[in-house]
Order: sequence, then structure tokens, then C-alpha cells
Amino acid sequence: MEMKGFITSKLEAAIGWARKYSLFQYPFVTACCGMEYMSTACSHYDLDRFGAGFPRFSPRQADILFVVGTISHKIAPVLKHIHDQMADPKWVVAFGVCTCTGGFYDNYATVQGIDTIIPVDIYIPGCPPRPETVLDGLIKLQEKIQHQKQL
Amino acid sequence: MADLHEKLKQKFPEAVLEVHAKHGDETAVVRREKLSEIAAFLKTDPEFQMNVLMDLTAVDGLGMNWDPRFEVVYHFYSVPKNHRLRLKVRVDAMDPVVSSLTPLWPGADWFECEVWDMFGIRFEGHPNLKRILMYDEFVGHPLRKDYPYSKRQPLIGPKN
Amino acid sequence: MLLNIGPSHPAMHGIIRLIAELDGETVVSADVEIGYLHRAFEKSAEQSGYLQVMPYTDRLNYVSPLINNTGYCLAVEKLFGLEIPERAKYIRVIMSEISRVTDHLTCVGASAMELGAFTAFLYMMKAREMLYFLIEEVTGARLTISYMRIGGVKGDLTPDFDRKCRAAIKETRSILKEVHGLLTRNRIFVDRLKDVGRISQEDALGYGITGPFLRSTGVDYDVRRANPYLVYDRFDFEIPVGQHGDNYDRYLCRMEEMEQSMRIIEQALDQIPGGPVLLDTGGRVVPAETMVDEAKMGRTTGHMDEVAAFDPTMEGMNKATYSKTHAGDRRVVWPPKEDTYGNIEGLMNHFKMVMDGHGIRPPKGEAYSPVEGANGELGFYVVSDGSGTPYRVRVRPPCFAIMSALGTMLKGGTMGDIIATFGSINMIGGELDR
Repeated sequence: MEMKGFITSKLEAAIGWARKYSLFQYPFVTACCGMEYMSTACSHYDLDRFGAGFPRFSPRQADILFVVGTISHKIAPVLKHIHDQMADPKWVVAFGVCTCTGGFYDNYATVQGIDTIIPVDIYIPGCPPRPETVLDGLIKLQEKIQHQKQL
Repeated sequence: MADLHEKLKQKFPEAVLEVHAKHGDETAVVRREKLSEIAAFLKTDPEFQMNVLMDLTAVDGLGMNWDPRFEVVYHFYSVPKNHRLRLKVRVDAMDPVVSSLTPLWPGADWFECEVWDMFGIRFEGHPNLKRILMYDEFVGHPLRKDYPYSKRQPLIGPKN
Repeated sequence: MLLNIGPSHPAMHGIIRLIAELDGETVVSADVEIGYLHRAFEKSAEQSGYLQVMPYTDRLNYVSPLINNTGYCLAVEKLFGLEIPERAKYIRVIMSEISRVTDHLTCVGASAMELGAFTAFLYMMKAREMLYFLIEEVTGARLTISYMRIGGVKGDLTPDFDRKCRAAIKETRSILKEVHGLLTRNRIFVDRLKDVGRISQEDALGYGITGPFLRSTGVDYDVRRANPYLVYDRFDFEIPVGQHGDNYDRYLCRMEEMEQSMRIIEQALDQIPGGPVLLDTGGRVVPAETMVDEAKMGRTTGHMDEVAAFDPTMEGMNKATYSKTHAGDRRVVWPPKEDTYGNIEGLMNHFKMVMDGHGIRPPKGEAYSPVEGANGELGFYVVSDGSGTPYRVRVRPPCFAIMSALGTMLKGGTMGDIIATFGSINMIGGELDR
């Protein structure tokens, strides 16, 4: 029993290590946060050194859904559709305060937080969040991936 | 000052209701039946030559108790002459129809769709009047003063 | 065959939906569906005070937010009939032109990346980061800055802004030279962009298109020349005009416009009045919090001679620089902090500016004020009913007119041209859908 526990825990740690350092993101970019996403992905604040540098523009090939920018009610069904198309294991990052809670757009057209539609793993607040905040959120996501149940 | 509003009033004395040039913006309020005629004149007349329709929007006067309630505002610009003119047409809430300017300026197409979407003012002669900024299942016209600011009509997800 | 492109698609410019009817590789017709980023700017503006609309305007054209701020402030100042100090005008021009350069860098970089030139994108983002550092020094934020105020700007430029700005411009020029070498005579790039997405002059004028798009067809209409606002009539700059109206001409127009914007910034830095800001340190220099605490306890003797030392985040807002960056009109401008905490008139003035029911109240009327945005004529039409909240704020979005012409531009082209044309339009979702 203990040997089995030892092997599976080491295996889980190895799988967690592999998953967290090879993240394929699907950037669902809508608004101003997209500019800070572009800055984070480019040479000054590099995302590639965290292993997350390759945006996969197809939901079937991606594991993180970065929801970047305000989600309006018109595009909410599309977001749900894309989330459904992604294969497990998948994680969702709510980038920017418009995706966390709706931001200061408490009006007839904006979804008040994407967690009303899809489950979210990491919330990165800011309007738009500085690239350092995004990298901090990514590191927290990597810790979460390492410690979650893999098998 | 080009005094375009004065010249327009002299040319169409019975169609132009009032003119003013406050803050340097020359403005003329015209009757809605004569809108197409005046717009065609503005485009072709050599003294005006308004070849660009800069903006087409509307204002809902419910908060200021306007009667008729809506005002459709047109901003024209002339590239060769470098002068501007603003035209306003007053429209009642019971019969919100204005003739479309799409035959003269193709760009009026999307601007008029937006005014229909946001205010509910129809444009006669428009090729395809549909909602452009909101989704088709949306009920109501959001920019009217009696539409509440936070009234959401979600397609999926909870109401609030 | 019907091909649905979007709304979520790899092109970096924003969410729209293109329903293209294809016959083999040729596009027979293209239907454009927008509205996926509608955030109700105009309705939000009717709920907030005049100055509270400023953050909403930042998020319109979010790659050049300072130009949107300037446009809105100019419209409201037109309603008041207000004149702002000279130094504030020059600061507005400098910040607007820096914003214009960041917009063109993003547009050209992103459209180059969509065609496969990833290196050009990285170089341009490097230049953009340097400009973001500059903007952050002066305004405090990188992207959503809310820097302009009705009656002036938020705070003065930092003391060594001149040196840093010139260094950033030099760096940007060298990056632009590298990108020119990579792209402008590159066979593949030219073949993909030349004679693609053509539009004629009459069509462009009929759709209401302005900006680099119109200038690439041969019409030299620029709001900075035709209707000079702020101090643009004092600068010597050229307006690049194209000939064919295709994507390649638009690319060249934008690259040249960046150079002209940098020329304007250099001339403005030479001409700006006021020079380096000298604080009058004849009086005692006291930290601002101490001044507030003393005033709350009633010990206000000698406060008028003291000079408050501010936190670095509020630099440029002290009394000595206030008259240079804000109009002296008490109906619109907050008093400087030394006055708010130091004497009763300042406190009352501040109260009347901030509280609900008071605040900035322009006279009843309406005003339309056009500025030259990065995509064309950005117009703000403000209707006021005399109260503290605007009655109607209308933004005339430049790329709305351009996108309405997209259907005709794509007709007859091939599928690969869709992305090239769409990239050269520089559609910004925040501005298109508001």
C-alpha cells in the first residue's frame, strides 16, 4: 500500500510538472486587456520563459482558455461553445476585471463576471492588469496545476 | 464664417424651421418630408458640395420634455470647401420614420442601422434595416431614456 | 461555400464575424457582423458626471487613449467656451502624438504578424514598450490613463521628460528603420499587399471614411490641417498621401505618419513654454499629509507660505505648476491641494466640484468637436441640459465607417486577402462597438 502511494504521488508530481511547464493557451481576446496580453507575450515581459509562449488558435489543441477583455451578452454563447470544445484537462483564466466581475460596466450589455457562465480557475484583476500581475497569476496557476489531482 | 445655415434658409424658406450657429457649429432644423431633397441639394450644389456624411445619430428628448420626442442629427462635411453643417430632423414617438440617405451616401447604411437598434427610428428606403450592435433576441431600444441602464437580457447565464 | 470567420479568431484586431461566400478561393460576397464588444459607452456617459466619463473614453480606442481623452475634453470645453493655458495645449499635443505612434506601431506590427512576419511585430512591440514607459512616467498608467481634465491636464510633465522623450524617439526611429528594411521592399510582403483591398476615392468619400485610409486614396484630408485645434497650426509637418488606395499604400502612409508625429513631438518639446518647473522654495517645504493633519486640528497659521511636498504619484500637481496646466476657471477645475486643505475658499470650491448635484455644469446646448484619431476623424457630439451629467455623448467612430466598406473591398479578392485587408483597416473593437 505504501509503495503504491509513493509511486502514484511521484507520478502525479511528474505529470503536474509536465503539465504546468507546457501550457498551450487559447487567447480569447476581445478588448483593451488584449494590449497588455500582447505586451506580456512579447520580448519585454516574456511569457515563453514560463513555457506558455505558444498560443494555439484552435480550442481542440489548447489547455488554458485565457479570457481577455470584456464579455458582452452577444458573445457569451460563443465563449461557452469554445469552452465546451476544449478537451480535459483544461483551465480558465479570467484576465482583467471585466471578466472577473464585469468591471465598471454594470449595464445592459455586459456579463457580470464570466464565472456565471464557465468555471474559472484564476482571477487576474486590473484594468488592464500590468504584465507583472499577469505573470504572477500565471505562476499561481502553475502552482495550482502542480498540486491538483492528476490521475 | 461660411454662413451656410443662412444660405440654406434662403434657399428653402418653408422647409427650414430654425437655424443657429452657437459655439461656431452651423445648424439647421428641417422638416422631415423635405430631408431627401435638401440632402441631395447639399451634395450636388457647387456652393455647398457636401460630399461626406460624417455622422448620423439621434437624441431622445424625453428628459428635457421635447415635443416631438426624437431628433435625428446629421453632420455633413465638404472636402473641397472645408466647411461643415449640422442638420436636425424632429421625429415624433408615435410615428418614428425618416427617409433614408443610403442612395446618396452608401455609408449611411450602418449609421441608420445603429439608430434603429438604439432608438427605434425607422428609415424608409433602407435596404436592410436590422440590429447591428445588439443581438436579435434583444427586446427594446437601449438608448431611449425609458430603458433602464442595468436591465440585462442574457442569452445564457443568470439574469444578474 | 459559406465560410464563417470569427467571432473569436486568430487575427489580433478584435472580435467581428465575417460570413464569406466563397467560390473556390474567390470571395463572392462578404457579410460583416459587429457588436460583439458593445459596452454601452453612450448610456454610461448619461449616468456619470462630466469628469467621470473620462475613464469610459479611455477604453474607446484603447491603443491611443490619450487622443480620445483630448477629443472629449475639447468638446466639453467648446460648450463652456473655455481657453486652456499654452503649456497645457503643448502637453496635450505631445501626449496625443505619442499615442498616435503607439497606435500605428500596434496596427502595422499586428498586421505584419498576421502575414507571417513575426520579427517585425516583436520589434514594434519593443518600441511600444519604451513609449509606454514614457506615458507611465507622466500619467501614472500604461494604457487606461484618464490623463486629460476639462480645463487642462491632470499634472505637469516630469522634470527630465525632455531627455527621456528624445531618447525614446531616437530608439523608435532606429526600430522603424529596421522594420523598413525588413518589410518595405520584401517581395513576399509587397506581393501580398499591393493591389489588394482597393477602394476608389469616390467610394471612400461616400462611405464617410477618413484618416490614413482616405489619405491612401489620394485625398489629403487631415483634421489637424483642415480644422487646427490646440496648437497644431504652429508646427511644420507633412501629410503623407497615397495613390492607389490599396493595402500597401496604407502601410506606407502609416509608417510615414509615425515619422511625422515624431517630428511634431520634437518641435513641441522645443517650443513648449514654461521651461523646467522651478518650485518656489522660499517657504517651508512640508509633506502634504502633515499639512492636512495640522489643518484638521485647526493650526492653519502660516499655511499660505508653505509649499506641500507630494507623493511621487501626484507629482506635477502642486500649486506652482497649477496655473500652467489648468485653466483658471472655477466652474470646471479643482483647486490645487494646498488650497483645498489650507483655506476655506479652496475647500468650498472643491466641494462644489465634487458633490452630487453640483459639479461641472456646462450651459445648455450642444457641440461637435472633431480631432484626428489614429484611424480618422474622431468626433464627440455632446448635448448638455445644464445639469451635472451629460444628456447625450455621441462618439463618431472612425473605424465604423471603414468597416461598413469592408464588404465591397473584399468582393472579388481571394481568401488569403481577407486577413491582409482586415489587418490594414486597424479595426479597434472598443471604438467600433463602443
